[in-house]
Amino acid sequence: MMLQLKFDSKTVKEPVISQTALVKKTLINIIRASVGAREGELVVDVDDERADEIIQFIQSKGVSVTKIYKNIVKDEDRCVHCGACISICPVEVFSFNGEYRVVAESEKCIHCGVCVGVCPLQALDLPKI
Amino acid sequence: MFIYGGDEANCVKSENVKTVEEINRKIKEGSAVVVTAEEMKNIVEELGAEGAAKEVDVVTTGTFGAMCSSGVFFNFGHSDPPIKMQKIWLNDVEAYTGIAAVDAYLGVTQISETLGIEYGGAHVIEELVRGKEVELKAKSYGTDCYPRKEIITEISLEDVNQAEMINPRNAYQRYKAATNSSNRILKTYMGTLLPNYGNVTFAGTGEISPLNNDPEYRTIGIGTKIFLCGAEGYVIGAGTQHSPPFGTLMVKGDLREMNTEYMRASVFPGYGVSMFIGIGIPIPILDAEMARFTAVKDREIETEILDYGIPRRGRPVVRKVNYEELKSGRVEINGEEVRVSPLSSYSIARKIMIELKDRIRKGEFFITQPVSRIPVKSEFKPMRQREIVVVKNVMSDAIRILPDTSIIEASKIIIEKGVNHLPVTDREGVLIGIVTSWDVAKAVAKGGVERVDEIMTKRVITVSPEDPVELAASRLERHNISALPVIDSKKRVLGLISSEDLSRLIAKR
Repeated sequence: MMLQLKFDSKTVKEPVISQTALVKKTLINIIRASVGAREGELVVDVDDERADEIIQFIQSKGVSVTKIYKNIVKDEDRCVHCGACISICPVEVFSFNGEYRVVAESEKCIHCGVCVGVCPLQALDLPKI
Repeated sequence: MFIYGGDEANCVKSENVKTVEEINRKIKEGSAVVVTAEEMKNIVEELGAEGAAKEVDVVTTGTFGAMCSSGVFFNFGHSDPPIKMQKIWLNDVEAYTGIAAVDAYLGVTQISETLGIEYGGAHVIEELVRGKEVELKAKSYGTDCYPRKEIITEISLEDVNQAEMINPRNAYQRYKAATNSSNRILKTYMGTLLPNYGNVTFAGTGEISPLNNDPEYRTIGIGTKIFLCGAEGYVIGAGTQHSPPFGTLMVKGDLREMNTEYMRASVFPGYGVSMFIGIGIPIPILDAEMARFTAVKDREIETEILDYGIPRRGRPVVRKVNYEELKSGRVEINGEEVRVSPLSSYSIARKIMIELKDRIRKGEFFITQPVSRIPVKSEFKPMRQREIVVVKNVMSDAIRILPDTSIIEASKIIIEKGVNHLPVTDREGVLIGIVTSWDVAKAVAKGGVERVDEIMTKRVITVSPEDPVELAASRLERHNISALPVIDSKKRVLGLISSEDLSRLIAKR
């Protein structure tokens, strides 16, 4: 499951991810990171089955956590199945099905947003988390 | 050829040859055998070309991709009092009206004067086909016969006299694929190209594309009836830049019969507006040769991957490639697997083939004999230019220094020679860095720095001696710098081109 973590001026200095990984003995995949001097934001991927206890632990360190449900959305009326998005996505969300129609495996999406600016039909949208 | 023995019903064929008239008779009777180009590949494999030619009467082909060289001729009718339109805009997108008073041509790539590249001619055309009204604004100088000087009104497709889509260049037989060797993202009409060969894009539908199924243009020619964005259209000639086997077609059709399922306005980010155009062409299987042509496979259709990282007309060829490799979704470049995006829609091209097949089977669409052939040989010439000024014609001598040069020494050179940039090279003259007068002044002011290699910029932006000066100018501007070392293929410094060199060039012109 993808989580969005928001760090404030205090928590941004703490090694929260390492603590979580060590204490909870779990793997945390950092998908996106934007860390500054006074605040930070991470998107991480954690084990689906243990998501709740991991979230609780991270929150106990003073970091705010939001579950990411809203991944990339493709407007089927606009899409003409050209495939411009296919080679752009870093995690291969888009592919052709047997009928040469572009299908999106949205659960793989890491919210980088590159495809949104590439689609010639403006058929892709990344809803705000 | 036919040899008629007795009455027509008992005709004996010396070889398997059909005429367009015969095929049309079968279409009328409902007995014509019509298949898509996709289906034809298997039929020829099974029955051979001779057998397939006996069996099949018509093969339908299709393509659906962004075709920038497209647009619509309008005739708006006369206002009262009448106006001779000198300038005209439809939803703020300008159309060309250097013809008669109320005729105008709206090109799909023309962009809006208020919205920029987010909205253009293609969007106006799509809105009209969707039944919407658009705002017409026109200006004129006024004459005795056309006194009116300005008009603003709303129009829809029902209001105009004619709305003829006339596309100077459509249905490219094949197209060069694109990649990008440079270290920045490129936004092109071939889509977004990721840095360092990050992806490949290609256009065209390969083995189902019309011209690939009739590579000698035996049946597709002037007057051929086609499916154009849902309407019945016609080929009116070879397209502009027609250059077999990169053949193109000029086509026309009535916008009022078109359907937005087969035509869509699009925006290529950073490039601009274009329109996806759907074209289907029926190919009569007159003989075994036509059956063999329509059996063409993607692996037999070759093109090249070009490097769009080099912003020149002669973009270098990265490698040869065929449509089978491109459609597989991955190609190899320099030993690495690179992902591929098509830009044409195979899915909608296929829908067009099937739709056309259905129309012919139902007897709603008949095939045509071309009135005249289009050329099988044609050259695509580059533009004649007054002069191409390249970097080596305007560059200055570079004063090179070694990395162990002291800051004091460097500052002396700068003052004595009156220069601002000192390329730092090894003993063979190979570029390793650059220092500017500003770097040196800073080092002197701060103190504690001995040698130039402590302060030099190591990632140097450069140009080649054969690059056009326009390229040097755009690099200076993009990186916000004032000079570029000119280097050869071995990175040896040949000179320096600065903004002063470019100003001198412009002052001379």
